[in-house]
Amino acid sequence: MSATLNHVGLPRDAYKGAATTLCAGCGHNSITNHMIKALYELGIEPHRLAKMSGIGCSSKTPAYFVEAAHGFNGVHGRMPSLTTGAQLANRQLIMLGVSGDGDTASIGLGQFLHMIRRNVDCTYIIEDNGTYGLTKGQFSATADLGSVQKKGAVNTFQPIDPCAVALTLGCSFVARSFSGDGKQVVPLIKAAIAHRGTAILDIISPCVTFNDHDGSTKSYSWVKDHEESIADVSFIPFFEEVHVDYEPGTIRDVELHDGSHIVLKKLG
Amino acid sequence: MTQQIINDLTIQAATVNGSGSQTANLVLTRAIFHMGIPVAPKNVFPSNIEGLPTWYQLRVTPEGHMARSDKVDILVAFNPGTWHQDLKTVRPGGVVIHEEVFSTADVRSDVTYYPVPFAKLAKSKIQNDTLRKQLANMIYVGVVAGVLGIPLEALEHGVKRQFNSKPKAVQVNVEAIKVGHDYWQDNFSKKDPYRLEPMTGKVEGKVLVDGNQAAALGALMGGVTVAAWYPITPSSSVCENLIAYSERFRTDPKTGEKLISIVQAEDELAAVGMAIGAGWAGARAMTSTSGPGISLMAEFVGLGYYAEVPVVIFDIQRIGPSTGLPTRTSHADVAFAFNLSHGDTRHIVLLPGTVEECYEFARDAFDYADRFQTPVFMLSDLDLGMNLWMTPEFKYPDKPFDRGKVLSKADLERLAGEWGRYRDVDGDGVTYRTLPGTDHPAAGYFTRGSGHDEFARYTEGAEAYQRNMDRLARKLETARHLLPAPVVDESTGASTGVIAFGSTHAAVVEAREALAAAGKPVDYLRLRALPLSDEVAAFVSRHERVYVVEQNRDGQVFDLVRLALPSMLVDRVRSIRHYNGQPIPAAAITEPLMQTEAVPA
Repeated sequence: MSATLNHVGLPRDAYKGAATTLCAGCGHNSITNHMIKALYELGIEPHRLAKMSGIGCSSKTPAYFVEAAHGFNGVHGRMPSLTTGAQLANRQLIMLGVSGDGDTASIGLGQFLHMIRRNVDCTYIIEDNGTYGLTKGQFSATADLGSVQKKGAVNTFQPIDPCAVALTLGCSFVARSFSGDGKQVVPLIKAAIAHRGTAILDIISPCVTFNDHDGSTKSYSWVKDHEESIADVSFIPFFEEVHVDYEPGTIRDVELHDGSHIVLKKLG
Repeated sequence: MTQQIINDLTIQAATVNGSGSQTANLVLTRAIFHMGIPVAPKNVFPSNIEGLPTWYQLRVTPEGHMARSDKVDILVAFNPGTWHQDLKTVRPGGVVIHEEVFSTADVRSDVTYYPVPFAKLAKSKIQNDTLRKQLANMIYVGVVAGVLGIPLEALEHGVKRQFNSKPKAVQVNVEAIKVGHDYWQDNFSKKDPYRLEPMTGKVEGKVLVDGNQAAALGALMGGVTVAAWYPITPSSSVCENLIAYSERFRTDPKTGEKLISIVQAEDELAAVGMAIGAGWAGARAMTSTSGPGISLMAEFVGLGYYAEVPVVIFDIQRIGPSTGLPTRTSHADVAFAFNLSHGDTRHIVLLPGTVEECYEFARDAFDYADRFQTPVFMLSDLDLGMNLWMTPEFKYPDKPFDRGKVLSKADLERLAGEWGRYRDVDGDGVTYRTLPGTDHPAAGYFTRGSGHDEFARYTEGAEAYQRNMDRLARKLETARHLLPAPVVDESTGASTGVIAFGSTHAAVVEAREALAAAGKPVDYLRLRALPLSDEVAAFVSRHERVYVVEQNRDGQVFDLVRLALPSMLVDRVRSIRHYNGQPIPAAAITEPLMQTEAVPA
């Protein structure tokens, strides 16, 4: 059986990347799969995609989807500036940035804010697990007050909420979801990519190795127990309405936006 | 009266910054230049907006010396706060034009005074209330013109040049100049030996331009389409000039669409990040900054080096460390820029020595960045960048851009998609890249600052790492032979040589003339790029003693030169260093050389 092709003629496999090197069960791997599904279904041409990232576990993930696309894994917290520059250089590119909570909410906070302020046309995904995984489990700035580290330390600081911050700056697309909720994440990714301007997507993505224990507010069980879906999300791409005007008794072939045709016959 | 001194003098105007004195100084400069007399202005200004002392030195020589002189012939004392200090700088026999009310207690008796009631004249003769403070400066232009014999026609030219499209401004300024000129004629008789006379043969075909303006024009000619910057003295005018040029030359006349993106970034980290992102995506991209910005850019520049992304970085050097003296000049970023970032990094550094080279190197820097896929530094300085220099008119580029090794869709089809981003196919260390957006399934690759193999795949492999680092070294070695070669003058046949770079050139040119006149000529090698050319060692081998002259404390290029020499030549090299923030004068070179080279043969 041949693979199903999307409207640019590519199979789902064309949206895969190198094998992941993240931990088995990592929320980021789920997000990668959601990304593959969203990009495949949207029919994004790989050569038009630019995958951008900073430093950290999250920032490795652009290697794990759409291998044929260009990707740029930059320096810590500075993905927004790279993205801004690349977008200015080539306005035809679809900029897709993947960052983490460590990358975004600490060193990257300034660039995150200024990217929103400039409304750079890009999708900015925060794979948010509240912890520094690559350096073995320190708190990040999105860790909730009172949440507990694997070794027992309690976080004494208020978290920085990237969504709240983005909203105060008037960001025109802000969403939060959960890596385990593909039904919600996939349409959100599609909508973010379709959005013109900066789209922020904060996806809670549990770190199975360092932040999946009791006392964590970013563990699978905690997030599942506390996830409240505030909207039934689906993505309906925007197309100009098709208007047809023809005489009664005549037949009219109309091409739809996805390339399919509908043949209409007006009864007399 | 002693013998006349014609067209060979230095005027120093001591004023208060933010008072409009800069306009007056520029009018004076352009008027004298219009007489055919070479001018070399140096503006010494504070890191301040209004109210602090500022000095404008205008040196005039029949030979066209461009270096700063530390001898003042004519002082225009307009600032009561620095009056006594300023008076000390005037050479014996010099002229002092000063505000009449300044205290004459403890004044010198070996200079000629022309006291002028500037404040009173401004009040009684200048009708325009709002511009009185600014126009008061024009009164001293008139007085100086009277003392030196600058014709009114030249002054009018200077005013028109300064206020090119504003006839009303021209009129009020010319009137203010006449107030000063009339006062001179009515109240003084000439008591000093200084005169300016029109001359020919030195300024024809030349223009007055500062290095930052030249660099902006060069960048434009180099095809820059993305520039990101953060304001910092003394580099801001690079991108400000670029913005001005872009409005004229990079705006679609029909649609008004901008054909270049110039972004004022939130800081230098973002500025260089944007430039690197744009360079990666295929634009000719740049940023401009000064020392503190270079410190902030260190991390990203390492990424640019290792991931091999073309970008041009202008460093208009000022005095450090830290905030240092933000409005004073220096060449102390050379070693830092050359090796910027952690790990084994080394960069192409261009060292323009003239305003003309600010233009040419700025243009060519984009070719080098594309050709070698790496950050390229343009190391100018405050003196070169912000002062006006007499320079030959710039040449229109006569060669197409060199975009380097970029594989197009057609190339990839021809290769059947077989390529590796970091594969050294040609053996010169320079590999092929594709640009994002290239419509071929094999075009994409993953750019990263972490370890990677020939196919841009992540690896921590020991051999792959070392192989890549060796190739990067090979790439720089390739570049070394293609960068601007040193300019060597061995016409004196002397056994002593001088090596210098950057704006020190002006002082070396003058020092060589003085040394030759004193019977102690020296050969000269002017460096124009790092890594060092083989010419340097060859030059040293042909001379018994070679002095490396530079504007930093530690002899940074002196060290680099010695490192590049075979051991038996190392002892031949000596160091002359000037690092007080003022542009190096010729005397800083002639004095030590006259001493050390005075040993009888």
